[in-house]
Amino acid sequence: MKKLIAPLDNAVGLALLATLLIGVATAMTFFYAPVDEDGLNQKIFYFHVPIALTAYATFGWGAWKALVHLWKKKPGADLESYVAIHQGTIFGSLTLITGSIWAKLRWGHWWLWGEQELVLFLVIFLFYCTYFMLRYSIEAGPRRANISAVYALFGVVLIPISFLAIRLAENYIHPIAFTTNGPQMAGSQFGTFLVCLVAMFALAGALYRLELLGKRLDTKLRDLRELVLS
Amino acid sequence: MNGYFGDVVTLAVKDLRLELRARDTLPAMALFVLSTMTIFHFALPSGSSDNAALGLLWIAILFTALLGLTRTYAPEREQSMFDGLLLSPVDRSAIWLAKTVAALAFLAAVEVVALLAFWLFFAHIGWSLLAAVALADIGLCAVGALVAAMATASRSRELILPLLLLPLTIPVIVGAVGASVADDPGKYLAFLAMYDAIFGVIAWATFEYVVAE
Amino acid sequence: MIRAAQLAKRFGDKRVLQKLSFALPEGGFLLVTGPNGSGKSTLLRLCAGLSSPTGGTLELGVERGELGYLGHEPLVYRELTALENLELFARLYRVPERQARIRALLERFGMWDERDNRVSTYSRGMTQRVALCRVLLHEPRLLVLDEPYTALDAAGSELLDAVLAERSGAHTFLVSTHDPERIAHLASDRLEFV
Repeated sequence: MKKLIAPLDNAVGLALLATLLIGVATAMTFFYAPVDEDGLNQKIFYFHVPIALTAYATFGWGAWKALVHLWKKKPGADLESYVAIHQGTIFGSLTLITGSIWAKLRWGHWWLWGEQELVLFLVIFLFYCTYFMLRYSIEAGPRRANISAVYALFGVVLIPISFLAIRLAENYIHPIAFTTNGPQMAGSQFGTFLVCLVAMFALAGALYRLELLGKRLDTKLRDLRELVLS
Repeated sequence: MNGYFGDVVTLAVKDLRLELRARDTLPAMALFVLSTMTIFHFALPSGSSDNAALGLLWIAILFTALLGLTRTYAPEREQSMFDGLLLSPVDRSAIWLAKTVAALAFLAAVEVVALLAFWLFFAHIGWSLLAAVALADIGLCAVGALVAAMATASRSRELILPLLLLPLTIPVIVGAVGASVADDPGKYLAFLAMYDAIFGVIAWATFEYVVAE
Repeated sequence: MIRAAQLAKRFGDKRVLQKLSFALPEGGFLLVTGPNGSGKSTLLRLCAGLSSPTGGTLELGVERGELGYLGHEPLVYRELTALENLELFARLYRVPERQARIRALLERFGMWDERDNRVSTYSRGMTQRVALCRVLLHEPRLLVLDEPYTALDAAGSELLDAVLAERSGAHTFLVSTHDPERIAHLASDRLEFV
């Protein structure tokens, strides 16, 4: 069993897996999943929604690591939380871009305030961009780690609260309900969607491991350099 | 009065006394909110609804709160008094609660001016607006007193506070504007109360990590 | 009272303390000497619990309320009077018989007549006297004093000599100074930074 999981812990193994899965997912999107009444436009759904879910997952993972940092004082948890949020922000930006493309193709506008998920991602995107500004304006050290962690925890609470707020705001901004629910998915569409989702998770995991590896290498190099100099 | 709440009262009284001595923040907040409302008069073309004015009132309140919050920890920052407070055996969260109470007192005082001016310049004020002001103030000050402490550790200080606070207060603005303009303000007020409770508890629990190493 | 092993502190890439080990027993008086920038203040802040080490271990044998710390800043509010400042800290430290205690300290340090003036109107030396009152207010078991003679005039320095002398042995002291001769006779141990 351990041997089976080992590649998941290994950045290179995970990167290979992610590449393979994304290839399969792309092929399934274009050659397996049927074209529905929305036409080819609908294909972006297979990327947009998994990317959005991956962003949520990485923000959640970042907050979990933040909690581990504050609660267990585990060394390294701060860096893991930071890297997860960094990945989350990348996937969050991709969500905004793919969502915007989808909105243009489907409704003819690049931005729709009625599209609640897009608005939510805008709020989250603004919130997490400030995370980086905050983090890089504090001197590296235990206080920076603590403040970053507290901010990351506020983030995962802000997501559901903002979701609720945006739904509530619809009542006085757009009194007519705007449904974005597409038709029910066929089995083959759902299968494609799942493969795409797993592929995005693998990609995020691989990027997360690689970035961590790089950052840890930086720290080790710095320590080595100091050891040599002193 | 002793114990936790005794400490909160002691610290909050200290902040109010410092403000009464220095008179830095309150007059600035009052002038700011009046100037902003004057600007709004010129920013609202004829035919704009009362709802638009109410929306602008909330922007004015939010920005005024922001202005006050940038000064929340000014005495501590300028004189390294965070060290003085952290050395004492008070629970760290009592420092946050006292700052929240003091910020609330300042904001409420300025809002008396702001709401009178709004009533005079723009539109009628209903009970649901007053309830929204009370509930929104709690959320703004509770979250504000925490992120303002984060900002004191940052090199950017005054620059970063609005960036930290605004995304966090979008739900407050939704609840507050909703309660002010909707026919059924109940659910918006309930939402504001929920925001206050959730973010109040998180800020209370995490403040010690923000100020201490 | 204090036990440090392999203590290290770095700010970003700058190492300030490296592999420092020492022990200060209860009732001891440790004198910390060394030139500016050698890490004295950093060590004292660590021992006061105001910052945390980046390496090694530091054991402190006191609770937060049993420690008195005097740093570079007086740690009193400038816009409050001496009396208001001491009232504030006496409440926070739960000092019994507050009024009598505050009065005794202010009289001892020659600040009783100035008690209702704001700290911002004081000279640097007067402010240091109020800061010393704040440090001693709650009868701390461990006193961490960073350059306590700073800004004090001859009379103030003699006052502090007497205060330190009568408490040494009963309380534990960690004192940094650039004038070690003044209190060398009280010291039970010395830590020299280079």
